[in-house]
Amino acid sequence: MTTITEKLELFEVFVRSKRGLDHKHVGSLHAEDHEQALEYARDCYTRRSEGVSIWVVKSSDICASQEDDADCFYDPSDDKPYRHATYYVLPDPVNNM
Amino acid sequence: MTTPQEQNFMRKISAEEKIEPKDWMPDAYRKNLIRQISQHAHSEVIGMQPEGNWLTRAPSLRRKAILLSKIQDEAGHGLYLYSACETLGISRSEMIEQLQSGAAKYSSIFNYPTLTWADVGAIGWLVDGAAIVNQVSLQRTSYGPYSRGMIRICKEESFHQRQGYEAMLALAKGSEGQKAMAQDALDRFYWPALMMFGPHDSESAHSQKSMEWKIKRETNDDLRQKFVDQTVQQIEVLGLEHPDKNIKWNEERGHYDSSDLNWDEFWSVINGNGHCNRQRVEHHIAAHDEGEWVRDAITAYNEKKRAKKAQHAA
Repeated sequence: MTTITEKLELFEVFVRSKRGLDHKHVGSLHAEDHEQALEYARDCYTRRSEGVSIWVVKSSDICASQEDDADCFYDPSDDKPYRHATYYVLPDPVNNM
Repeated sequence: MTTPQEQNFMRKISAEEKIEPKDWMPDAYRKNLIRQISQHAHSEVIGMQPEGNWLTRAPSLRRKAILLSKIQDEAGHGLYLYSACETLGISRSEMIEQLQSGAAKYSSIFNYPTLTWADVGAIGWLVDGAAIVNQVSLQRTSYGPYSRGMIRICKEESFHQRQGYEAMLALAKGSEGQKAMAQDALDRFYWPALMMFGPHDSESAHSQKSMEWKIKRETNDDLRQKFVDQTVQQIEVLGLEHPDKNIKWNEERGHYDSSDLNWDEFWSVINGNGHCNRQRVEHHIAAHDEGEWVRDAITAYNEKKRAKKAQHAA
């Protein structure tokens, strides 16, 4: 038996809580299309005025890096400590730059 | 008479709310932002040239790796800013066209040549230092994507100034020749760094409207003063001489008094007559043209992949 959620598409929901802030991932939901997903997201994730703007994106459209591959994926950055401000030791009087 | 749209826009501005890409905004606000953000993006990209000049001649592998990382950051910052600007409805190719035709400007500081290795230190310390003063202020700009870009850039930028100062410190504490080289770089870059903040407020064409719309949060002269004040002690710690013989603490104002700048030089460089104006743009055009085959290859590959997919589906 196919359940209703299998017939619907999965959407990821992003909410901007305040103007000026980034949209942040809050969760996902099933819907027929983008318009329906927006309305469901409003009802589900912003019942207490948590947001001023919502993005919905089909989960299948998201391409994600795999955490298991993190070691080799981010490897090129590991041996470059000089990209961090704290790497540079400066005399105390000017150390707040 | 103001329309309800304009009223709503001004209400957000006065309430310190950000303007987001899909909001209604006055045409002049959009135009002003496109001018400022694209100019900022172009500066990041053109700024790679004077530093790139020393990449193959850095004095050690460590300095070379650091410089490479910094230049890589500048390219990234250009990308953040171009993307923020694109949310206003202008395309990347239009912006590049404006840079190459001279219709859009970039910061005049990059029209000065880097004559010695010490110039690379001076740029990190003074030029990035001045840019940070400006960018910290712009984190509170009224346009959301620009503000978020500034926050990200400021986070990454602090290493730029510190590596520059560290390189200057090594020279200033080195041999007589090295110290003289550091002093010479300071003498040449100090004044153009102060000019980065733009003309006096009274002479600045875009300032008043930009302040009203909170695109800019502090005036050119106030930001310049901040930089003058913070730099005095940094020069002392290096043990170098201050290039401004009139620098003097003013107890009453709580700031340093300083000499006025050579504004003839400022306008002359802005109007295309600096040492490197032509070279910088010519180099950008050449690099862009030489990259054409890469862009073509990307398009060709994508088409090939699409065709393959279509074949499988059929």
